[in-house]
Amino acid sequence: MKHTISVLVENKFGVLARISGLFSARGFNISSLAVGETEDPTVSRMTIVVEGDDRTLEQIKKQLNKLIDTIKVVDFKEGEFVDRELILVKVAVSPKTRKEVLEAIESIGACIENAGSKSISVSATGDHTKIKALLELLRPFGIMEVVRTGRIAMSTEDKGLKVEGKPEVNE
Amino acid sequence: MKMNGAKILIESLKKEGVEVIFGYPGGQVLPIFDALYDAPVKLILTRHEQAAAHAADGYARATGKTGVCLATSGPGATNLVTGIATAYMDSVPMVAITGQVKSFLIGNDAFQEADITGITRPITKHNYLVEDIKDLARIVKEAFHIASTGRPGPVLIDLPSDIQMQEAEFVYPEKVDLRGYKPTYKGHPGQIKRAAKAISEAKRPILYVGGGAIISGASEEVRDLAIKNDIPVTMTLLGLGAFPMDHKLSLGMLGMHGTAYANHSIMESDLIISVGARFDDRVTGKVDEFAPHAKVIHIDIDPASVSKSVEVDIPIVGDAKTILKHLIKAVKKPDTKDWLKRVEDWKAKHPLKYKDDGKIKPQYVLEEIWRATKGEAIICTEVGQHQMWAAQFYKFTNPRTMISSGGLGTMGYGFPAAIGAQIGKPRATVFDIAGDGSIQMNIQELATAVINKLPVKVIILNNGYLGMVRQWQELFYKKRYSYTTLCGTCPDFVKLAESYGAVGIRVTKKSEIKAAIEKAIKTDKCVFVDVCIEEEENVYPMVPAGQAINKMLGGGLA
Repeated sequence: MKHTISVLVENKFGVLARISGLFSARGFNISSLAVGETEDPTVSRMTIVVEGDDRTLEQIKKQLNKLIDTIKVVDFKEGEFVDRELILVKVAVSPKTRKEVLEAIESIGACIENAGSKSISVSATGDHTKIKALLELLRPFGIMEVVRTGRIAMSTEDKGLKVEGKPEVNE
Repeated sequence: MKMNGAKILIESLKKEGVEVIFGYPGGQVLPIFDALYDAPVKLILTRHEQAAAHAADGYARATGKTGVCLATSGPGATNLVTGIATAYMDSVPMVAITGQVKSFLIGNDAFQEADITGITRPITKHNYLVEDIKDLARIVKEAFHIASTGRPGPVLIDLPSDIQMQEAEFVYPEKVDLRGYKPTYKGHPGQIKRAAKAISEAKRPILYVGGGAIISGASEEVRDLAIKNDIPVTMTLLGLGAFPMDHKLSLGMLGMHGTAYANHSIMESDLIISVGARFDDRVTGKVDEFAPHAKVIHIDIDPASVSKSVEVDIPIVGDAKTILKHLIKAVKKPDTKDWLKRVEDWKAKHPLKYKDDGKIKPQYVLEEIWRATKGEAIICTEVGQHQMWAAQFYKFTNPRTMISSGGLGTMGYGFPAAIGAQIGKPRATVFDIAGDGSIQMNIQELATAVINKLPVKVIILNNGYLGMVRQWQELFYKKRYSYTTLCGTCPDFVKLAESYGAVGIRVTKKSEIKAAIEKAIKTDKCVFVDVCIEEEENVYPMVPAGQAINKMLGGGLA
């Protein structure tokens, strides 16, 4: 099962390497990873999509928490967060398919970024269901290239993800 | 006061109470060595950086203090790597300091440049590259704090040589503020209550004690809990010494080369009380078949160790000593009379044994060392058969007396670790139990032992083989002894020791053992005792890889 994990880390040199190194050293798979600064410039947020059973997820969270530069780890629960991804897709077109492709792009609400005689480049933002639908819709025409940012996610609770530090394990 | 980076480093070490460090000079640590020239912090010059790391590790394990090692950039730093990884696997508090090429040259493939923070990232608890002289004191403070608290481990500080020469005001921070690092010490009261209830109701409880109990200083509490409640105790390799092995409740070591009675007991138990142990694969054997009837209480300071390989029923995260103190008060003595009888039966039926047929048996040598030292010596080991024989036949009674590379299994660890242990405990009798293979991995440290007048006693159980690998080849590879024969290629260890100024003794007859050990103990110099043992002696019992731990070779079946 895929999980979306949000990790608040010190915004310091080398932290990304620590996190990605941990995943590869322990044989955990990353489906996507997105990193950026938060409202507090000393803190970065990594949104990591991982695959694994409950036990693997538990280990991933514990191992992430063990890193000194990790401030907080949150495993988002279904329905308690919004997630978005930006995707760029280059789809093949021919005089025969052009109309159909344009209709498909419009129907899903993607934006045309560039239109050539042999290909059309589109962008779309959305949650993972929308992105998946877009790809499925365009696949029959021939996808030439896909570029994705990786998922970012935020909790929908009325408070921010506080950075006051790790809670005591037993609390 | 303003001073340069090298001086700030030394002043910071002084603030941390560091009296001795282990190291080796080089181009990128010249300013540090210059500052050490007239500093009260003493440097022990090893003959290889790897030995500096192991010596710092041995010092730390023997004393409980944080060990410090120092090396130059590039090859100096990479030579520390095995020692750092060894310390990481066994949770040893260590601060490793490396010189680095000048800041502006980093990333340029400069002479003797290596990305040591990159290299050591997965084998350190944390590491630092110092980028600004103003951060240096704080980084040293944090490094010692991180290394020695929570689950201890090595922390590396990479210090470019230009920063060693820059000047700054020396202000040592009073306290550490790390929002991402808050180890848990106090166990959850509710969990302790549940654990106490489980123990009180258990019919076949067993204490499974690891290195964490020793690190935490919980040996007394382990004794209390076991003896007050009549609970048998088994220990991991690193847990040896947490409970006296000559006590009737002791089952000795468990696992791949554990005693048959320890393995049978844990497999038949209905409650495992794990204290500072991590259910390592050498302990559990085939994990799906491990202790099928047992509930598990897991006391550990590292939450990531809990339910990693074995599903835990009652986890208690925190410091073993603190938790056990509360637990002891809450436990009502369970009725273990029948259980202890069964355990006694296994003990009587499947004791540790060896055929004493006139040749020198390694087990006998260990028994004699134990008799001569009354179990009071510090026993360091290398890695291999001799290590397992030491764990089986030397009856450890005190914590911090068994010093061995458990997790990483580093050959060449024991001798430099013994040097570190002897420096930390000058009055102790320190042995290194070695094989003819392992000792040659850091044999250059004879110089360090001699020059520092360290009376470390190295017992080489010389069988002319890389014995543990040979044993596997004998049992599982049809005796095809592929590249495991050292016979005829070893140096004359007696002459070698003498050439360094140490004492060499050779033992070829069983009747000479006692006298040789006594002489080694009395000698106030480093001694090499080359004992020619039975060549193809095996370590038994043995659980073949991937088997349940009650399926032992040479251990009798349940």
